[in-house]
Order: sequence, then C-alpha cells, then structure tokens
Amino acid sequence: MLNFIVRRIIFAIITLLAVSAVVFAIFSLLPFDPAALTCGQRCTDQIIEGNRIKLGFDKPIYIQYWLFLTGIFLGRSYGEGAAAFTCPAPSFGYSFNENECVTNLLTEALPVTVNLALGALIIWLVAGVSLGVIAARFRGRWADTTSSVFVLLGTSLPTFVTGLALLIWVTIKWKLVPLSVIGYTPFLENPVKFLQFFILPWITLAIAYAALYTRFTRAAVLEILGEDYIRTARAKGVKERAVLLKHTMRAVFAPIITLAGLDFAGLIGGAIITETIFNLPGLGRLTLRSVTEFDLSIVLATTILAASVVIIMNLIVDMLYAVLDPRVRV
Amino acid sequence: MSQILTVNDLHVAFPTDDGLVRAVDGVSLTLSQGETIAIVGESGSGKTVTGLSVMGLHKKGATQISGSVLLKDGDSTVDIVTASDEEIRQLRGRAVAMIFQDPMSSLHPYYRIGNQLAEGYLVHNPGKKKQAHARAIEMLDLVGIAEPAQRADEYPHQFSGGMRQRVMIAMALMNSPRVLIADEPTTALDVTVQAQILILLKSIQKEFNMGILLITHDLGVVAQVADKVCVMYAGRVIEQGAADDVFYKPKAPYTLGLLKSVPRISTHGSARLKAIPGQPPSMINLPTGCAFAPRCEYTSDAPGDICATDRPALLGTDSMHLSRCHVAEPTRDSLFVKELKEVRS
Repeated sequence: MLNFIVRRIIFAIITLLAVSAVVFAIFSLLPFDPAALTCGQRCTDQIIEGNRIKLGFDKPIYIQYWLFLTGIFLGRSYGEGAAAFTCPAPSFGYSFNENECVTNLLTEALPVTVNLALGALIIWLVAGVSLGVIAARFRGRWADTTSSVFVLLGTSLPTFVTGLALLIWVTIKWKLVPLSVIGYTPFLENPVKFLQFFILPWITLAIAYAALYTRFTRAAVLEILGEDYIRTARAKGVKERAVLLKHTMRAVFAPIITLAGLDFAGLIGGAIITETIFNLPGLGRLTLRSVTEFDLSIVLATTILAASVVIIMNLIVDMLYAVLDPRVRV
Repeated sequence: MSQILTVNDLHVAFPTDDGLVRAVDGVSLTLSQGETIAIVGESGSGKTVTGLSVMGLHKKGATQISGSVLLKDGDSTVDIVTASDEEIRQLRGRAVAMIFQDPMSSLHPYYRIGNQLAEGYLVHNPGKKKQAHARAIEMLDLVGIAEPAQRADEYPHQFSGGMRQRVMIAMALMNSPRVLIADEPTTALDVTVQAQILILLKSIQKEFNMGILLITHDLGVVAQVADKVCVMYAGRVIEQGAADDVFYKPKAPYTLGLLKSVPRISTHGSARLKAIPGQPPSMINLPTGCAFAPRCEYTSDAPGDICATDRPALLGTDSMHLSRCHVAEPTRDSLFVKELKEVRS
C-alpha cells in the first residue's frame, strides 16, 4: 500500500511539472507582449521596458520558467532599490492589473470556490444517490417515472437557466434570500450569512449534478441487484431492506465516490458560469476576468491550480478506491 | 425416513412480451431426510426454476406459480407457494439453504468471508455475534478449509474456485438446514475438484441428515450421489425413479438419448459422440403432443399420430419408476435393451 502511494505521488509530481511547462509555454508563445500589457493608457516605452526587466520578461523562456518554479518554493522579488517588492513563497507571479501578488488573489478566491463546490457536492450526493436508489427500488412505478422527469430536466437545463431562474424568483420576486451583494462571509464568522450567500449557487450546481447521479445510481443499483451475490444474500434470509441498503449499496458506493471526486475537482477550476451569475468572488470569476483583461500571470496560476486539484483528487480517489474495494489493494 | 419436502403439481410461468413462458409445468416430487434427489435435464428444462421455487426466490409480481411446495419446519409445514414474503424469508437459510452454480460470483466481493457466513446465522439469531463467528469458523473447518480462523478474515478473491464452493457449502450449513438445494454445484469447477466437492456434500449430508435436491445436467454426478432421479424436459418430468432403475432400465426415449450421449473412452477406436438430434422446443409455444416427439426416434412405435397430438401422462407398471411415453412399456423395454447393450459395452 505504502509503495503504491509513493509511486502515485511521484507520478503526480511529474504530471504537474509537465502540465505547468505546457501551460507556461502556451502563454509565452501567445502573440502578446506581456510587458506591454502591464501598463494602462498613459504608457511610454520607458515604462514598458522598465516593467519588462522588473518582471523578468527580458530573459529567455526557460529561465522565466525556472524563475516561476523557484518562485513557488522560495518566493520572488521584483525590481531593485526602493521600488523593489517581494511576493513571498509560494509565489505564482505578480498581477499588474491588480497590483497584487497572484498568490494573495488566489487565497482570497479559493475558499469561495471550495465552499461552493463542497456544499453543492454534499447536496447532489445526498439528493442524487437517494433519488437513484428510490427509482431503482420502485422501478417502473410512479417514483421511478418522476425521477426520470427530474433527470431529464436537470441534465437538459443549463446552469445559467436554473441559476437565473432561482435568482429571479427566489431572491428578487419572493425575497426568500437576500441578494448576494453582502459578499462572502466565512462560515465560522456568521453561519447564517454564509448559508444565505451560498444556498442558491449550491442548488444551481447541485441540480445539474444530482440529475446525473440519479441516473448513474439507478443504473448501478439495478445492475448490482442482478448479481449472483445478491441472490446469495436473499438465500441467506437477509431482509430486503438490508439487501438493498447494505449488500447493494456497498458495491455501488465505490464507483460513485470515484465520480464525485473527479466532479469536485472539475468544479474547483470551472464553476465559472455559476460564480458569474451569483457574483461570487471565486476562482472561476477570477479566471474569467483575467482572461478578458489579458492578465496572463493570473490565468497561468489558476490553470495550474485547477490542473493540480484534478491530479490530487485523482490520487485521493485512487487511494479511497483501494480502501473501498479489497480487490484493488496491493 | 420422514418426508421433509413435498412438491405437488408445481407450475411456474413467466409472462414475457412474446407470451407466457411455462418454465415448470406440473412437477411433483418427495424428498426425505438423508435422501438425495437429482433433477437432471438440459439448459432451460426448468430444473433451476424448480429449485428457486423451493427457496421462494421468484419475484412475486413477475411470476405465476401454482401447485404446492410443502416444507417441513420443525413440527409445522409451510407451503412456500402461498406463504408471505416474511414467512419465506425466515425459512430461507434456516430450514432450506441453497448452493449456487458459480462460486466465483456468488460471494460478495467487498465483505470478509467470515462476516458473510456469520450474517447467515445472525439473520436468524439476532444479536448472537460471538456465536455467529464461532459457528462460521467451525463450518469453514468442517468443509475442509485449512486455518479457518485466519481465512475467515480474508476476502473472496483470495480463495480459489473450489475453495469458494466449499465456502458456499459452509454458508448453507450455518443454520443446519434440513433441505439443501445444490444448483449445479460442480459445473464451474475443475474435474478433480468436482469429485472432492461431491464427496464433501455426501459426508455433510450424513452428518446433518439433510435431504439434498441436486440440480445438474451431469449424469456422472448423478450416478455418484443420487438416490432418486427426476429427468426433466421442457418443464415437465419425463422420467422419475430410483437412480439405479433410471440408469440401468431407462423408460423414456429422452433418458436413453442422454445416456447414449455421455462421452466414453471407447474401446472401438474412433466412435463418434452420439448427440440427440434437434433442439429443445421453445418454452412459449410447446408442441401440443409430447414435447420430445420432434426429436424422438420411436414415434413410429406408438399407435397412430398420438405422439404429435396427445400429451403423454407420467405412468409406469412399477409405481416407483414412472415415465412419459406413448409407446407401450414392454415394447420400449425390448427396444431399449439392444441400445443399452451398446452403451454399456
């Protein structure tokens, strides 16, 4: 087991290096002068050249990449003399548009996105899995039919439709939840504000995923119910409820957890639409804004962050799988 | 010997989109303590469906069952056909247990062997966790698994096929049932392992004084362990009698065909394998006459067209050896003698 984990971690580090190199190369090859993008309207060649040297864009690409990598571990200083400033480790570069170290921007945005994804994950897992089990248990009856209507709606309605609908009705017409202009409040500071802030975005994201998980769970439960070992359980005299909730669900959970881990990882880098609709200051919105403003240092950082989360979640899911399925254990 | 299982005129049918599948069409048999009855037949002849009926494992809504399956439970007798789901559940694993064909897929891959065995005991003896585990280890030991205490903590994938079938047998024995249904218990196993499992079943039967309903298509298995034989064809019993009688004096042309088709190491050089010509009939549109008539070589020995028009009844001059055939029994006896000589040589 330890051997397996060490091997996977080494592999994950190599993958991350490769991803960062590719992303770095893509952004360096773009037909923009990164230095020219760093100053606003009253720009002179002098300022541009100054910034170029300050940010290291005058150096060859591989040196820039090296500086970027070492910056992550050691921090990075820009400029000389009195105007010099430092982004402490882990540094992912400096954003001229925001006049801020990228790491600070990330640490502000990351909790919002993680809370958004985590809350949605819990809602859709509970809703999707239980609906799927109910649909499979009452296959062909009204509960099953109702759940397929939900699946159809959930999978076919895009988040910008459900999100806007929720915003218009729940917040503006019915005034059940205040508009999220109040801004992000950490859970420990004020749980009520935290929930008010997140409840609609959670539901918006959860509807789409819950529909997928309902369909997946229903299919998986029906498949497992046909397995020989389920017949064995019935032959032992196990109660039908335990056959479903213990014997069947034990086998259904492993693939669901794999799926959930990967979907969660995907959301960290990509809940752009939901974050934009609800004006959440998360990673998705940060990325979107940086793309429109050509703030490449931020785009580079969020891309690498999203890739890292996917790789790390993959690693976690693999280890979880080994715990859940005795046949995978090494 | 006391009777512990009586199946009376059992009919099982499954409605499908194409029509009603009559999987079992009037089966009757009586199983006593310590006795082994083999149900023999090819795939789709209704033998497994018969076994599942005794376990009450058919889905209520999707199955039409009539007749009776009377199972002795202590001093009372329960009719599985009319009993409630809960009544049947309480009998399953306790009064009647079943071993399945494929031990590779019949054990839950995610649970430890010991826990899977103990569960069968706990279901019927709630709260007795310690006894359940002790019993599990005792049964594993009984079925010949070395170091049972240690192996109880392992998972099914750590066991070989033969060992898993031993585990399945141990699981069936957890509550010392009086009736054991063994559905092709050796089919998925290597030939050398098959013999071991049969010997094990035999010795356990003696120890627990169980009645065994052995479902198989393997006549070699039947010859080794069965006291009585039921030969099934297209959902009906086509011949029924003591194992020796059925083997040495078969009455039904189908049974004779089965005996002839058993491969032998022939002394006459390259003898071809003798198969029964044709295919079993569709279970939805059974022929109006004898179900075996289209494949039978003796229809001309019966009076007129009777094989194609009338269903033969289960009859016999010896009330302990019955068969379904329109050809007069003495005629059959004399016709089969020659064929049998060839088989025995």
